[in-house]
Amino acid sequence: MSIATDTRSRQQSGVVVEGAVRRFGDRTVLDGLDLTIADGELVVLLGPSGCGKSTLLRLLAGLDRPDGGVVEVPARRAVVFQGDRLLPWQRVLPNVTLGLRGPDAQQRARDVLAETGLAGRERAWPKELSGGEAQRVALARALVSEPELVLLDEPFAALDAITRLRMHDLLRALRARHDATMLLVTHDVDEAIALADRIVVMRGGRIGNEHRIDLSAADREASVAREELRAALLADLGLAHPH
Amino acid sequence: MTEAGLIAPVAENRATPATAKPRPREVFLPRDARPRTALSKVAARLRWPLGIYTTPVAALILWQVLGTAGVLSPSYAPAPTSLAGSAVRLWQQGVLGPDLAVSLQRAGIGLAIGLTVGIAAGVLGGLLRSGEYLFNGVVQVFNTIPLLAVLPLMIVWFGIDELTKVLLISFGAGVPMYLNLFAAIRGVDQRLIEMARTTGAGTWRLVTRVLAPGALPGFLVGLRFSLAYSILGLVAAETVNADKGLGFLITQGETYLQTDQVFVGLAIYSVLGLLADQFVRTLERVLLRWRPGYEAA
Repeated sequence: MSIATDTRSRQQSGVVVEGAVRRFGDRTVLDGLDLTIADGELVVLLGPSGCGKSTLLRLLAGLDRPDGGVVEVPARRAVVFQGDRLLPWQRVLPNVTLGLRGPDAQQRARDVLAETGLAGRERAWPKELSGGEAQRVALARALVSEPELVLLDEPFAALDAITRLRMHDLLRALRARHDATMLLVTHDVDEAIALADRIVVMRGGRIGNEHRIDLSAADREASVAREELRAALLADLGLAHPH
Repeated sequence: MTEAGLIAPVAENRATPATAKPRPREVFLPRDARPRTALSKVAARLRWPLGIYTTPVAALILWQVLGTAGVLSPSYAPAPTSLAGSAVRLWQQGVLGPDLAVSLQRAGIGLAIGLTVGIAAGVLGGLLRSGEYLFNGVVQVFNTIPLLAVLPLMIVWFGIDELTKVLLISFGAGVPMYLNLFAAIRGVDQRLIEMARTTGAGTWRLVTRVLAPGALPGFLVGLRFSLAYSILGLVAAETVNADKGLGFLITQGETYLQTDQVFVGLAIYSVLGLLADQFVRTLERVLLRWRPGYEAA
């Protein structure tokens, strides 16, 4: 089903989804969804549990095929799952080099591990890692192949609040170094505001409202604009609180 | 509930704390901090001095004591020491050594054939849908056929020579290996396979780095069964029509009412079983170090 060339207009980078449909039995989870992500953009896909966020991400990852519509993504892409999904029988370093080839694979893996703050932990077994460390290895494994597109499926949902904030800092730092297009799926409004270039809210199997975010790092943490954005997002999610 | 009813028990608790039932509490201390008397040290060392071999050794000692005390008649169950004497005697007569060698050779060849076929079929069945359809039905049928029931047929088909014995052993070893390996490969965590695909790892990496290590625990379970069943097959094959081997030694002992010779043969079978188990346990300890398994208290 993966066709390299098509009569439709193609763009050279980023993500294009046109009229994607995905059904499970008689339940339509994605109902003609359109989404375009520009090259190098970090889009946060926000929505309540069970709204089809992960279904869309699996389509982009190529793990599932759409029942209708077109999905176009770069061939070089990586996924960070909600769980770390490390191979328990391999130490940290071979876990990172799993999909790598070439003589410099080890060194590249070491470099990325150092970037994620795990220098010196290459020989550890996954069972010896904390939840945050394991998720950082998963991040390193995704970034080590220098992907054009990184798909993150609620990557920090299982972490505690403090570790989650550290991971947000880490992700921002990694973005500065690896210029990949990123799609991050979350149900956490604060996480969305902290990280996104653009937030898209999913509703009824389609993209509902969009919010482009041009706030500075400080403004993302505390500002009037942030609070307005937050209220707008909660309203989009059907959780409006009258002040 | 009335307001008075809500307040009353609280007031009562505050007024008479002494009459309140003490709630159970637990205090945890470092293990070393517990007071260690000389007695507890000895007790700790005496508890399981030989690990899994404690019970067999204890049974041997009990057996020896009963034998020496005359409770067990030597003609029914000679004491372990006299069995050891018999074993040495049989060895010196040049009977035990060659018989043991013949039996080990049969077990080795049978195991090699059985494991090769079982592993090859298990890998194909586990990895490929067509392999599953090809092998699963047949092996499931084989699995329910008792070894001893096949023996007469095998004798009719393959004669009473080595071939029947070796095939019986390989049959015993191959079937459990296939079943366990198949289940182990199919049981590898789907999420890890999916993850490996997204990293761009090819089929070879997927098989060698994900499926093979993931199936390893189940493979070792299969190996344990294979070794045990091959020894069962050895016993069955050698007890029927053999002119050398451990089974022959036992049959001969039966015929001439040499109970000690029967026991020596049985003892060697059981030692082989223990050695096979120890072999797999060592493999597990080395190969499954990554596993955060349950360590029993």
